[in-house]
Amino acid sequence: MGNIEKIIEERILILDGAMGTMLQRYNFSEADFRGERFKDWPYPLQGNNDLLSLTKPDAIAEVHRKYLEAGADILETNTFSSTTIAMADYHMEELVYDLNYESARIAKEVAEKFTSMCPDKPRFVAGSMGPTNRTASMSPDVNDPGFRAISFEELRKAYKQQAEALLDGGVDVLLVETVFDTLNAKAALFAIEEIKEERNISVPVMVSGTITDASGRTLSGQTAEAFLISISHIPLLSIGLNCALGAKQLTPYLEVLSQKSDAAISAHPNAGLPNAFGEYDETPEQMADQIKEYLEKGLVNIVGGCCGTTEEHIKALADLAKLYDPRKIGSICTTE
Amino acid sequence: MNKLNSEIERQTPKRRGLTLSGLEPLIVTPESNFVNVGERTNVAGSKKFLRLINEEKFEEALDIAREQVEGGAQIIDVNMDDGLLDGKKVMVKFLNLIMAEPDIARVPIMIDSSKWDIIEAGLQVVQGKCVVNSISLKEGEEEFIRHAKLVKRYGAAVIVMAFDEDGQADNYERRLEISKRSYDILVNRVKFAPEDIIFDLNIFPVATGMDEHKRNALDFIEATAWVKKNLPHCSVSGGVSNVSFSFRGNNPVREAMHSVFLYHAIKAGMNMGIVNPSMLEVYDNIPKDLLDRVEDVILNRRDDATERLLDFAESVVGNAKERTVDLSWRKNSLQDRITHALVKGVDQYIVEDVEEARQSVAQTIQVIEGHLMIGMNVVGDLFGSGKMFLPQVVKSARVMKKAVAYLLPFIEEEKLASPESEDGNGHAGKILMATVKGDVHDIGKNIVGVVLACNNYEIIDLGVMVPPEKILQTAVDENVDAIGLSGLITPSLDEMAFLAKEMERQNFSIPLLIGGATTSKAHTAVKIDPQYKNTVVHVNDASRAVTVVGDLLQKETSQKYTESVKADYEVFRQQFLKRTKHKEYLSILDARKNKYAIDWQASDITKPYQLGIQIIEDFDLRKLEEILDWTPFFRSWELHGKYPDILNDELVGKQATELFADAQGMLRRIFEEKWLTAKAIYGLFPANTVNDDDIELVDGARKFKFRTLRQQLKKHAGKPNFALADFIAPQETGIQDYIGCFCVTTGFGTEEKAEMFRKDLDDYNSIMVKALSDRLAEAFAEYLHKDVRTKYWGYAADENLSNQELIGEVYKGIRPAPGYPACPDHLEKLTIWEVLGVKEKIGVELTESLAMWPASSVSGYYFAHPEARYFGIGKIKQDQVVNFAERKGISVEEASKWLAPSIADD
Repeated sequence: MGNIEKIIEERILILDGAMGTMLQRYNFSEADFRGERFKDWPYPLQGNNDLLSLTKPDAIAEVHRKYLEAGADILETNTFSSTTIAMADYHMEELVYDLNYESARIAKEVAEKFTSMCPDKPRFVAGSMGPTNRTASMSPDVNDPGFRAISFEELRKAYKQQAEALLDGGVDVLLVETVFDTLNAKAALFAIEEIKEERNISVPVMVSGTITDASGRTLSGQTAEAFLISISHIPLLSIGLNCALGAKQLTPYLEVLSQKSDAAISAHPNAGLPNAFGEYDETPEQMADQIKEYLEKGLVNIVGGCCGTTEEHIKALADLAKLYDPRKIGSICTTE
Repeated sequence: MNKLNSEIERQTPKRRGLTLSGLEPLIVTPESNFVNVGERTNVAGSKKFLRLINEEKFEEALDIAREQVEGGAQIIDVNMDDGLLDGKKVMVKFLNLIMAEPDIARVPIMIDSSKWDIIEAGLQVVQGKCVVNSISLKEGEEEFIRHAKLVKRYGAAVIVMAFDEDGQADNYERRLEISKRSYDILVNRVKFAPEDIIFDLNIFPVATGMDEHKRNALDFIEATAWVKKNLPHCSVSGGVSNVSFSFRGNNPVREAMHSVFLYHAIKAGMNMGIVNPSMLEVYDNIPKDLLDRVEDVILNRRDDATERLLDFAESVVGNAKERTVDLSWRKNSLQDRITHALVKGVDQYIVEDVEEARQSVAQTIQVIEGHLMIGMNVVGDLFGSGKMFLPQVVKSARVMKKAVAYLLPFIEEEKLASPESEDGNGHAGKILMATVKGDVHDIGKNIVGVVLACNNYEIIDLGVMVPPEKILQTAVDENVDAIGLSGLITPSLDEMAFLAKEMERQNFSIPLLIGGATTSKAHTAVKIDPQYKNTVVHVNDASRAVTVVGDLLQKETSQKYTESVKADYEVFRQQFLKRTKHKEYLSILDARKNKYAIDWQASDITKPYQLGIQIIEDFDLRKLEEILDWTPFFRSWELHGKYPDILNDELVGKQATELFADAQGMLRRIFEEKWLTAKAIYGLFPANTVNDDDIELVDGARKFKFRTLRQQLKKHAGKPNFALADFIAPQETGIQDYIGCFCVTTGFGTEEKAEMFRKDLDDYNSIMVKALSDRLAEAFAEYLHKDVRTKYWGYAADENLSNQELIGEVYKGIRPAPGYPACPDHLEKLTIWEVLGVKEKIGVELTESLAMWPASSVSGYYFAHPEARYFGIGKIKQDQVVNFAERKGISVEEASKWLAPSIADD
């Protein structure tokens, strides 16, 4: 198998698109989510997309396959919410290891099949580590700004558990994504560093932050550059932005990252901004047209899609990206 | 392959500097200006901030942070190192609150603590890239590496102190050695990014009057240049105000020193620092003559640089008239001349002056104890109030030394002539001084040593980082009279408490003095004093040490001073504990199991000569004059200081003296014109403790029960949970014991006089008569207690104590008063009133809040057992409240209302 750190210097890599959008097409019922294994689970499970890796593994594999067919180089595991913290909503904290391990295994199996068919284009699996539903630097209670619903320590433990299971399941890369609170991400990175030391391994790590709105800041208030500096202690395969904004709105912040970071730069925006019905309706062509700006400016090394994107969007991006050189990596910092 | 964007040539800026972040980035490049770190959110450096944190006024504490950011601080240093704070908790709390304030959180945070767990707790709540302040090789490589790895993993930059296993770098070579070694370990072994390393190369004071400090600034500057040249990409920082420490109180000189120091240090490569922007003069605006002298000092350009700046400094504060050689002071009285010589550090005439003094006294030693001490006390007071500077004190000490040296042969001679005079070596006492284990700061301790030594004390200075075993062993071997501990960093506080505990364990009896910048009266009272049953004194200022040690070691004052300090700390501690939270408590049942156990079979119980109730009327107040305790009198006028020293107090002495004269005048009239009537009632009764906490007394056919409260705070092993009932023999022992109770008043007539003065628009005398009346009541209680001990009860019939000792309460037995720490329950006054018939017989009444009327009254119990002692109940728990209500036959609500101040809130 090829080495992602080397390949990323040679061409622009394509990250897959949204899992949720693709799964909506299946119209899974509560019974589908439960499957045989959880038919008596005392809490509602519909909407727990990560659980489908256990109850509908074929559907997950099929989505992965479609993205690879569209030209994606990197698959994201179906584990965005597979931490004890996020799974607490479904009382499924105990299942976290299984969820991550199985999701990784499914994605890896599909990826390996494609790699063996076309060794020139090796496919990689990135273990998706979402932000959880708690924030470590903000209080959920406006009347008590000093309060925190989650601690660094709790996050570190949860992320460590998730990352260990993902690695056991065979992922090639860990992707800490949709970072709206940098402190959550720092806990995840702390956990990953611990694992690297304990297992004496090296794992490429991607981090992708989320600029919430036109203020140009994360939900926890940092500018893109402050966010970059806050996680600059970890050697990263890539740093980038995803979610919340469409490709067009992301451009100025990607420019900041591209100028200031010596890691690869990634972007996986939403399919535009949501319309009046909360749907993402940017067509693949429209999205590709926006992404073209990144490519022309040489801002990115990895592109993909977030909310609302489908295999058609990814195919449009993949076809376009072929025409461009990647951003040059590691050119910022030169030791004298 | 030729791609569509292949012509793109992106900018490739070269950068390898320190980057930090709050909500916004802070980029430090070689071209950046000096990075200013805000220092006011530091409990160790800002009394105001400490107070706000202590009082949990976080909103106002945040305002301080905000002001700093608005005032231009690019980083804010947050430090919660105070012995009495839960540092970890308040650090997290404060940082969390900062994060919710975008106008503050936009700048990076410097997490400042000498405790790693506080640093780590801080790192866990800040999303941006912080600076850790600090780590060092002090505890060895292993700890250093462990901390550095974690700092790296949390994503912070780090301040590395020039400090290693052997101590703090205090010269050029050591700064180089330690910074090089630290850098190599960090960069090569920990793989720490060199641009994230900030060296603090230790800024120490110059112009201290000591030769070894002359190169302090220059060494720092030169070491900075070396570090910047030889250790690539790192930064250099420091706390700038240290350099001018000797001139505290003289801001124009300090500001100039800071500017000059920074001017040269920044040129050498210092790029970050803790500076108070309001304490900086623009370099170019410094007057030429001041600038020259300051540069001479900072750069150590001439041998007499310190003296020259010192002379000049006086003119800068406005003492210009003193600058021409003015010998008019030679015409003053002898004492004034000696004081002048000491204060001004003039040694030309000292020998002739002390010779004149010597001829005026019976024993030469009186010159030291009298004339010279009076002068040194002035020096001490001036220094204490910031009106004299450190080097001047050292110069004063020099004059003192010269004087003592001249007098010493005479003292020796007199000793040979009359060998019975004690203290064979001519020293007033032997003091052991040490900076505690783990601490290296010794400037303050050295000054104390110098000043004490020239006040005729023999000083054994064990230096810095002294392990407790060595301190105690030396104290025993050298038979010292007192131990003085110094420390500047917070962990030293624990060391001091530990040493006090060891002194207790090893049965020491000598006083323990506590000093140093992080020490406080609060910490001493709360954490150190209780560890040691003998004297512990916090000495808040180097120059004050002389007075304190004098009071402690002079026979005439020792007892009284010791007792007043102990009592003072006890009261302080009570107040402090009242507002302290989250203590561990025992159930009342368990607390009773841990009662104070007296061996009753072995106890000698004296049956009172005179059982029953006695009344004293028309008592002659003149008898109280000599035992009057004046210190609280001055305090009631908000003049703080101990009588009689307060009369000579620099700050309040003049007012105190005037007040005292007026008080004496009024006292005469009170006595002669019989303004006030004093009455007393007391009773002595057979009594036994029943059911652990109740004392049952029998008066003929009548029976009463005093309900005592018991300490519930969980104690260290071996420490009992006291209740006053523990001091009376339990019924089941079969031993007949006794108790007394009393009420005295001197307040009949007070109100009328006060009212008369008030009507006369004379508030001064109106307050005066009340204050004196209060003092007389206290003295009366003391007087009666003595009579009870020696005559009426007679358990101490052979007691023969001086008035000093009387005020110092060195006698056997106690007279606790309801409403005070040992029995905070005021309700028990009702029982005393019932037992004695106080109201009916002497007319003292209880208000609905159970205050006594007239106000100048004192009531309480008498306990005779020699082991009876004063203590504080502290906080009690609900189970005792319920039990107490049951015992007293009142509702829980009523009991809760009366006991509220004593009930623990958690």
